[in-house]
Amino acid sequence: MSPPLVEVSAISRSYSMRSGMFGRSTAVHAVDGVSLTIAKGETLGLVGESGSGKSTTGRIVLGLELPDRGEVRFDGQPMAAPNTPAWRAQRARMQMIFQDPLGALDRRLPVATQIREPLDIHGIGTPAEREDRVRELLRAVELTPAHGARYPGALSGGQRQRIVLARALATKPDFLVCDEPVSALDVSIQAQVVNLLCDLQAQLGLTLLFISHDLRVVRQISNVVAVMYLGRIVEIGSADDLFARPEHPYTQALVSASPAPGRRSAGRIVLAGDPPNPAARPQGCAFHPRCPRAVARCASEVPALAAVGGDRQVACHLVTGAQTRDAA
Amino acid sequence: MTSLVSIQGLGVAFGGVPVLRGVDLALGKGEALGLVGESGSGKSVTWLAALGLLPRHAQVSGSVRLDGRELLGAPASELDQVRGGRIAMIFQDPASALNPVLTIRKQLCEALALHRDLQGNAVKAEARRLLDLVGIPDAGRRLEAYPHEFSGGQVQRIMIAMALAGNPDVLIADEPTTALDATIQAQILELLSTIRRELGMAMVLISHDLGVVAENCDRVCVMYAGRIVEQAPSNQLFADPVHPYAQGLIGALPPLDGPRRRLTAIPGTVPDPATMPDGCAFAPRCSLAAEPCGLSAPTLAPIANDRSVACIRAEASRRALLGIAAE
Repeated sequence: MSPPLVEVSAISRSYSMRSGMFGRSTAVHAVDGVSLTIAKGETLGLVGESGSGKSTTGRIVLGLELPDRGEVRFDGQPMAAPNTPAWRAQRARMQMIFQDPLGALDRRLPVATQIREPLDIHGIGTPAEREDRVRELLRAVELTPAHGARYPGALSGGQRQRIVLARALATKPDFLVCDEPVSALDVSIQAQVVNLLCDLQAQLGLTLLFISHDLRVVRQISNVVAVMYLGRIVEIGSADDLFARPEHPYTQALVSASPAPGRRSAGRIVLAGDPPNPAARPQGCAFHPRCPRAVARCASEVPALAAVGGDRQVACHLVTGAQTRDAA
Repeated sequence: MTSLVSIQGLGVAFGGVPVLRGVDLALGKGEALGLVGESGSGKSVTWLAALGLLPRHAQVSGSVRLDGRELLGAPASELDQVRGGRIAMIFQDPASALNPVLTIRKQLCEALALHRDLQGNAVKAEARRLLDLVGIPDAGRRLEAYPHEFSGGQVQRIMIAMALAGNPDVLIADEPTTALDATIQAQILELLSTIRRELGMAMVLISHDLGVVAENCDRVCVMYAGRIVEQAPSNQLFADPVHPYAQGLIGALPPLDGPRRRLTAIPGTVPDPATMPDGCAFAPRCSLAAEPCGLSAPTLAPIANDRSVACIRAEASRRALLGIAAE
């Protein structure tokens, strides 16, 4: 395995939230002790429901937000302090793609100008070289220079996401954080963008952090997948293996809830209860109120992420090492 | 099976631009029918038009019959009996469908007063029974709560309760779980299918998610650019799709198990309704398109029991699929 490009160690981030005008402010632990490593050229998929802290993790990894505790190292170096020249140099090597391409683009500028903008900001190349680079980028995302002259409003959703991708690639980044990049797209267009992302990753040797709630898309693109629940990683392992044999009861429910053509709903695990509220995290294992297998210990003791054989790590009192895996 | 709702040649145009171009559809009593298609394919417009819910400037043509009675152009008083009474509808964004300044009890009782002959305490008792039915815990107390006090999944449950207030024969569920998280989506789909079985209600499930439709419906119609292009029992459609677009949609879905393969993306984009190509609307994106495809739009023709497809290359497409399977 190649050396890690991104190393995240035990990052935490909490926000304070006030309930009502005079209510006491409470701390919401959006991310709580998350550790990850992403090897060069690989993709880590981050899945979880809304409020699980996956987007916050992505923002901290990119340095858009500082963790309260813990550290992010990029290519062996700690993240530089924000707004310093070192930070800017580091930021040029990492980029982000969001879910809503129209919100990420300026409606009043032709898209080619927007693709050029990062080159202008980071002072890369002469003006003529920048023009060439824009044409090259448009070609890389399978669009023509004619598309570049248009405004975002005149492009389809899939084309806009390609423009966002081209702009993110302008500074030749090593690392890309994609936060739900295809969730707003129709199925047929989604497949185009996923294929494009895979191709570009292979050509350019990109390292990706791919955040999505869509298990299918995550499996398609990821080498390693981490499942988050209420700010913590509950299971992490290689993508194919994790979806084929989920160990954590939450992962099992997620995989089972993902509808599959040709299968009727019989035998599906339907979790009781509401989605978790980060402001009122249950004691012990955060998942225990909804867990079909919870025992007394789950309500009092927080399970730690522990290796259970192979490259799999699970945070569950009921999944302990090799004998459970053999029995399953 | 006698059809409860029968739609024939339904067309809708906005400002002279056709968005629905001749939809034929029949829905049987107690049947679960799925409508899949991408945004703009006309799956929602079909039912909005059928229930007279489109803005006045929409030009609607064709025929929609409920138990043999024509709904298109029916007087408002008659439609008011049908909407919510015989055919109820729930939408994607439940939070915006409820009034934020009224309690759930007020809103549920309003629906009950409109469609049911109930008085006084009976109304409240029925409202409570409905909340129980859709699985809201502590229904009696929660009736006095406002919409913001419920989570997204619970609000969708309340919408389902309101839709059931009129004892409808048909429930149109338009992307009912799209805004919800995966585990909550599973809950709502389970609730819908339980209620449908218990009440013997027909359901139309509109979704862009093939998996959701496949799991919850008996029969599926695939829509593209304002027409139905394939219609089949759901297990057959996913095992053996015939229309190249249906094949493309299924090929574009990443598998959750087995070996990874490159996704077969459909090239190009959905045509703009204002500049619809001549002939088959899918031809410009279709790998099997031949010259006659550009001449006239294919009509939905039966290819087997309960199955029909609108494609003149259906035979070639079927062979191509078998060829892929033989590899």
